[in-house]
Amino acid sequence: MRPQPRALLVNAALLAAAVVSLGPLAWMVSVSFMAPGEASSSPPPLLPRAATLENYHQLFARTGMGRGFANSLFLATAATLLALCFNVTAGYAFAKLRFAGRERIFRLLLGALIIPAQVAMIPLFLLLKQLGLVNTYLGVLLPSVANVFGIFLVRQYALSIPDELLEAARIDGAGEFRLFWSIVLPSLSPILVTLAIFTFLGSWNDFLWPLIVLTDDDRHTLPVALASLTREHVQDSELMMAGGVITVLPVLVLFLVLQRYYIQGLLAGSIKG
Amino acid sequence: MKAAHAGWVFVSPALFMIAVFFLLPVLAALGLSLTDFDIYALARLDNLRFVGGGNYLRLLQTPLFWKALGNTLFFVIVGVPLSIVASLAAALLLHSAVARGKAIFRTALFAPVVTTLVAVAVIWNYLLHTRYGLINEVLGWVGISPIDWLGDPRWSMPAIILFAVWKNAGFNMVIFLAALQSIPEELYEASRIEGATALQQLRFVTLPSLAPTMVLVSILTMAGYFQLFAEPYVMTQGGPLQSTTSVLYFMYEEGFKWWNLGSASAVAFLLFLLMFAVTLLQSFALRRWSEP
Repeated sequence: MRPQPRALLVNAALLAAAVVSLGPLAWMVSVSFMAPGEASSSPPPLLPRAATLENYHQLFARTGMGRGFANSLFLATAATLLALCFNVTAGYAFAKLRFAGRERIFRLLLGALIIPAQVAMIPLFLLLKQLGLVNTYLGVLLPSVANVFGIFLVRQYALSIPDELLEAARIDGAGEFRLFWSIVLPSLSPILVTLAIFTFLGSWNDFLWPLIVLTDDDRHTLPVALASLTREHVQDSELMMAGGVITVLPVLVLFLVLQRYYIQGLLAGSIKG
Repeated sequence: MKAAHAGWVFVSPALFMIAVFFLLPVLAALGLSLTDFDIYALARLDNLRFVGGGNYLRLLQTPLFWKALGNTLFFVIVGVPLSIVASLAAALLLHSAVARGKAIFRTALFAPVVTTLVAVAVIWNYLLHTRYGLINEVLGWVGISPIDWLGDPRWSMPAIILFAVWKNAGFNMVIFLAALQSIPEELYEASRIEGATALQQLRFVTLPSLAPTMVLVSILTMAGYFQLFAEPYVMTQGGPLQSTTSVLYFMYEEGFKWWNLGSASAVAFLLFLLMFAVTLLQSFALRRWSEP
């Protein structure tokens, strides 16, 4: 068979793009196994001379990164569970339950999507201060538990639940909560996974809000701990790369395992206009 | 319980949270921006005074605010088109009939999007290092002398843009890919019959069909790029010579470093107004382009 120059070109370009997008991540992993100071040479080494776990050991023994990992894990998990409770019930109601003002409220919520979260940040900080919630985990969580995008996502999916199914259950005498629990939730399960992974990633990767709310070092989330580590240990690049691996790896693995759900949510979200 | 009651019971918790922790604070921000709320008011509310448009007037006379606005606009005007071109190119390659291993490549190109910004900024700090960085090393092969990416005010914003494009391009790529898959095959067949070259197909079939997606993607990307913060916080601390101080970075320092919370609220509002104006312009364009 005649080799196709076009096919060759396309695949070579894709390969080059993949190297550019994954290269930095792969290199981070490689440097994290290097001995201190090894990466600071010219030309930069691609692989460690002798792989060592010393940086990871140092990271957990000497810095606050271990604590940061636990904080991030706890906050992201709690945020995910709370977001599921609040957004799923609301999203379902906006799709399937009739109540006065439903359309108007929903339009108002969609309109609020264009307001960037940072506008609310300063009064929110003052509000949390009044409530005594600055420097608490609850302070980090509260503003993010209900969000318009999550409600929208669930609503779009819930619209496809057939009304007949709900009516039949009502005629059989099921109450609204029973109906929600045993019929609605199971049929929403794909979008629940989507919402969960979106919330978890969002919470794990968030930087500005935890930076503002959490003032104690031992309450810092992983990104905030890593940012302060980079300011204190400018020279220890191998150590920081190990910190980067610890921060990125969990979310990257989560994405790889559940990417079908993630992409589905991304596409549903992008057609909101 | 009636369905009508159930509706309210189901939406109330979420609406309450959004009202208390988002809508109310947004309104309060407007009020706060008209006061001189500072560290003294934080200690004792009696010290709070109404200053009307004073914060806004003073900001407009603050050189650093204009500098931050200029940096942010530079980031948006250069970064958004670059990011969209990279996304579109990647999507076109992935959509090509001759591409192999599409699922793997798609995942690979999307991976940077889900990574934690602070962590990947650490890598890029190193890739951009003047002496030991891989980027200067590669540039050296073609005879370009080392660039002090993050230490030279002329190169600090381009360096951050380079990083942002790498981080975000995969997001729009997925949206473009879905749009490409929904273009009817007949359009391509018809153009083939008329003897169109691949380039002509791209120009007369693919790009026009993508127009609505294009405007949508640029609205989303622009909204994101206006909110530049973590990159300069981690990579450059707003420097060198304030060349990477963005509007949000300025707001953060004004609010949480100097505790000028009234003035910082005014900054947030000005940023919002700017984003709102740009979004309005773009949705106008969206309507014009989507009309048959």
